[in-house]
Amino acid sequence: MIPLAKLLEAALFASPRPIPVDELSALAPEASPAEISSALDTLREHYDVDGHGVELAEIGGGWQILTRAEYTEAIERAQLASRPQRLSAAALETLAIIAYRQPIGRTEVEEIRGVAVGSILKSLQERALIDVVGRAEGLGRPLLYGTTPLFLEQFALRHLEELPRADELAIALRPAPQPL
Amino acid sequence: MSEPIGSQTAEGDSAVSVEELVVAVPAAERPEYEATAVVAAENEAVAVAPAETPAEPVAPVGFLVDLPAFAGPLDLLLSLIRDEKVDIYDIPIARIAKQFLLRIRVLQLNDAAEYLELAARLLRIKAQMLLPRHGETETWEDPRAELVRRLLEYQQMREVVDILERRGDERRSRFARAYLPESGEMVMAPLALSLGELLTAVDRILRATKEPTVHTVVARTLDVAGAIAMVRRVIAERRNMRWGELVARDAEPWQILSMLLALLEMAKLGELRLAQPRPFASVEIQHDSTGEAA
Repeated sequence: MIPLAKLLEAALFASPRPIPVDELSALAPEASPAEISSALDTLREHYDVDGHGVELAEIGGGWQILTRAEYTEAIERAQLASRPQRLSAAALETLAIIAYRQPIGRTEVEEIRGVAVGSILKSLQERALIDVVGRAEGLGRPLLYGTTPLFLEQFALRHLEELPRADELAIALRPAPQPL
Repeated sequence: MSEPIGSQTAEGDSAVSVEELVVAVPAAERPEYEATAVVAAENEAVAVAPAETPAEPVAPVGFLVDLPAFAGPLDLLLSLIRDEKVDIYDIPIARIAKQFLLRIRVLQLNDAAEYLELAARLLRIKAQMLLPRHGETETWEDPRAELVRRLLEYQQMREVVDILERRGDERRSRFARAYLPESGEMVMAPLALSLGELLTAVDRILRATKEPTVHTVVARTLDVAGAIAMVRRVIAERRNMRWGELVARDAEPWQILSMLLALLEMAKLGELRLAQPRPFASVEIQHDSTGEAA
């Protein structure tokens, strides 16, 4: 491997969080973005082709070294690490609405879900998956919520645009049938 | 479209039954609903009370159905529409409303308020569908349109939930290098200390510690009888006296207490009268001749 790839590997190994590309560039100021990108490719191929227990993943606008899925069970059985808890269906629904409609207020989320979401918003905020991103203009200036970088990270998304656009979903909103 | 809009009027239930609003009617009074309830539940491959007596009405209280919780009334409604295999753009509102009410009763849903709100909405739509249409139908707006829009929006969101769930599982199945310490949690450096330093510190603390002061507590008995004798001697000569004349300025606490108890005792016996003209004034002690006579 070229020295740049080794340097990036060391930095990625040391960091518990995905490292954004601009921070990787700061490691080697003399390297061009193209060189960084090609070094990352080299590293990824190195893991994939030579056969390693870890892989290089592009997540949440950055890069991260992760263990391969096939070893998860063994690692968990040996209690060396444990998977984070899954979110409830209600929390996921709320998160999905916020991801698509952000910035969005509580009332609008409740309108779509048909149930109260106050406590769910609070717990999502505590888990740092959403945050208050502003206030609406309307009566009482209600809080508006949006997703955080940690959201992208925990759902292995490079960026929000990676989620399908609303009109790409199988159930596209088609116009209501013509009245008879 | 499977059937023209408005054909609900031709269906069996052509009237809005008030009964449908009453969700908590005892099971025994509504056998036809109970039968459907068992069938509906079995369709979902769920264990329902004793299998050998499916036709027997089951009381709402011991009726336990273990279904995966619905995320809300729209979730329940969507699953009904799927189960009944009806076109979402042309919902047979009477049938679905009936099923919906049946389900929320059977499931004893906790946040019933939200479910009941949707139930009420369904029944209102049903009533609107039954109203005769005057004049041209061009201006007629399908009362179900708003519900359909909400259902589609909700269903679309469910699709996103599936995507998020898949991606989340994918990420959860791979570990990053280290866990993330809680923000703000400081990692302490390991303690650097030699045995000599530790012993010196212990020595210093032991030196600094003062010897404990030991108090010996001695019980002093009060001499009430002696005080009474003394007061009697004084009142034999004088009719009036003051507290200050009876107790010396440098009296010990036990002497003051003895005198107080003696005076109270003698006042109780009627030998003395105690008076204090105003708060904090000196107590005047007077010989009580009437008490002595009695």
